[in-house]
Amino acid sequence: MKIQWLGALSAGAVALAALAAPKAEADELRIGFLMPVTGPLAQIATDSINGFKMYLDDHKGQFHGATVKFIVEDTQAKPATAVLKAEKLIKQDQVQMLVGGVLASTGYALAPVSTREKVIYIASIPASDNLTQRDADKYPYFARTSWTSSQPSHPFGQWACENGIKKVVTIAADYAFGYEVVGGFQRTFEACGGKIVQKMWPPINLADYAPYISTIKTDADAVFILPVGAGALTLPRQLAAAGIIPKMRLIGSGTSFDEFVLPQLGDEVIGAVSPLHYSAALETPENEAFVKEYRTKFGKVPSYFSENNFTTALLFDTVMGQTGGKWPGSKEFLDLLVKTKVTAPRGPVSFDDLRNPIQNIYIRKVEKKKMFGYPNDELWNTVIKTYPSVSQFWTFDRAEYLKQPPYTRDYPPCKYCE
Amino acid sequence: MRHRGRVLAALAVMLAVAVVTPHTTPFLLLLVTRILILAILAMSLDLLLGFTGIASLGHAAFLGLGAYLTAILAVRYNFGLGWDFGLVILFGSLLGAATAAVFGLFALRASGVYFLMITLALSQCVWGLAYRWDTLTGGDNGLNLPGRPVLGPIQLGDDTAYFYLVLAFFALSLLVLYVLVESPFGRSLVGIREHEVRMRILGYNTWLHKYIAFVISGAFGGLAGVLWAQVSGQVSPDNVTLTTSVDALLMVVLGGPGTLLGGVLGAAIVLFLREYLSTLVPWWQYVLGSVYVLTIVYLPDGVLGTLRRRRRRARAAPALGLALQPSRGKELKINEGGIE
Repeated sequence: MKIQWLGALSAGAVALAALAAPKAEADELRIGFLMPVTGPLAQIATDSINGFKMYLDDHKGQFHGATVKFIVEDTQAKPATAVLKAEKLIKQDQVQMLVGGVLASTGYALAPVSTREKVIYIASIPASDNLTQRDADKYPYFARTSWTSSQPSHPFGQWACENGIKKVVTIAADYAFGYEVVGGFQRTFEACGGKIVQKMWPPINLADYAPYISTIKTDADAVFILPVGAGALTLPRQLAAAGIIPKMRLIGSGTSFDEFVLPQLGDEVIGAVSPLHYSAALETPENEAFVKEYRTKFGKVPSYFSENNFTTALLFDTVMGQTGGKWPGSKEFLDLLVKTKVTAPRGPVSFDDLRNPIQNIYIRKVEKKKMFGYPNDELWNTVIKTYPSVSQFWTFDRAEYLKQPPYTRDYPPCKYCE
Repeated sequence: MRHRGRVLAALAVMLAVAVVTPHTTPFLLLLVTRILILAILAMSLDLLLGFTGIASLGHAAFLGLGAYLTAILAVRYNFGLGWDFGLVILFGSLLGAATAAVFGLFALRASGVYFLMITLALSQCVWGLAYRWDTLTGGDNGLNLPGRPVLGPIQLGDDTAYFYLVLAFFALSLLVLYVLVESPFGRSLVGIREHEVRMRILGYNTWLHKYIAFVISGAFGGLAGVLWAQVSGQVSPDNVTLTTSVDALLMVVLGGPGTLLGGVLGAAIVLFLREYLSTLVPWWQYVLGSVYVLTIVYLPDGVLGTLRRRRRRARAAPALGLALQPSRGKELKINEGGIE
């Protein structure tokens, strides 16, 4: 009798315990996705949304059991609107995190919102250096899944110098992104013995570069370009028409020849070399699968914008896998995120403690060829060299690097310009 | 007081907004705060466009200067984060006025489309400064404010508190501008709009009148800028672009030039369609575009302007009999003279 009682009691206790135990219940994960859906950057927004959505759709809208509510808001490419929409997402839709932004100015506008509201902001595109460098302490709820502008430039300067380029002329858009990309390149290129002999800063969205092209010092070996907007298509064409290329080698920022513009560029860019943390022509199983699925679904080769957001989703999914689909809280999520390592289409991605990715930087050369079994000859960014696990500080000492001023229009100064 | 009904109606609406808005959604609260700030800008432009008859494409400059002043003082000098925010508001308005005083010397030598071009060029200069002087302005990246001021026990960081502050300044601006346009000075501005030569022959120094109107307009633009910097917590060259000037102009045209409150209505329509509708549907731009086109075609005097003309016509028709059709447009405005 007694034993039966005990048995019943213990059975009841077990049942009660099972009821009371915090079942690892799956949560709803609400993600506010801020993108310039209308305006001059609409195509970038589409690529980004498609990248994230593709991962989400592949996983039936769930990250390890957590149902993802994916809310896209239009920033109209204006920082002030981005802030308003971010506050709407936080206060009305109660999102657990903000993702996105394209321009550096949007990134700078959103980072303080994350600090103020204690809501995570993940920059899946904005690359402005200081967000994860000199200003990182100000934004404890901020992390980046993309890159810093100068991150690919540092190894590229080294590469250029080691591959027969001695004198370079730069033509880069006149804003912070341009300064940081060129600054990073100049620093390592000149440290290795190269010379930047001329720096030109045409305004962004310039369509006609003729006045700049006519002043190019043609005794240099290469011209480094970073056009933005309308100029992305015209600058290489005008350089070719003026005979500058192929006389001089064409190099530039990874964005200048990204798959985003590559199909519209002409054969004049064949041979152009640029660095980035992604190339659609990467021959890894992850990337091949990614490119093929993306192209089938959206009818075009993915750009780095697509890949960055796809990988952002992959990172989130991985973190949610560690928590069993439960939202762990903002700080905890961020802590888990920066400890996460994934193999993305771009290659292995991990984070430094300033919450910026450590990733491969690829030196890519534009070639016309067939890839992944597609029937036509197309322009692809063939990877000719891989610098593995590059951090935002390259090989520099971090403390010393951070003591230096940020790259600007006049820093590093142009020692060899006349 | 003339227009007693109108004043009472405006007060009632304002009171309703003050009471209802904080109880709606947090997003609406933020949006209405922004509407009120841009309404100040639109009203300041209406003083020129609607009352003086000169269209300026440079109002982004005043907004931008006020905003940058606030941000620079806060970021570089830690100034304006407490009660000294009152001084920032004063300085912002003064800076707007001072800039207008300088711009006015150039711009008011011309009129019509040339005035438009000169104001556009001058505001582009301000944009250039904001964009290029990056040691001071942060260049393209802009400046982030350290947070809204704390006034003793009142945390302006709280959206409701800030909303009331903005509402107070909005009411003050409306009051000052209303008194101004109803004053003899305001009447002479209307006179200049209708027939500048006649005013000059009557002995008015029309240039000085326009100049003073321009300076006052700049002051309110600067005020709007200070409030704007704190609402979004950041300032970037984007605030100073041509688009901002064009927006202000559209708000006035949409609501009804020469009505003051038209600018408020215009600001509300534009921001609601652009910021609120865009959270609901992706085709909001078509709606906004259609509203612009339909307003220009069917309501050439703007929403409020057309409403007012209708009412006047309805009132005038029985008195004048059917033989005298009230004429449209300019002449009617002179006869009535009662443009608020």
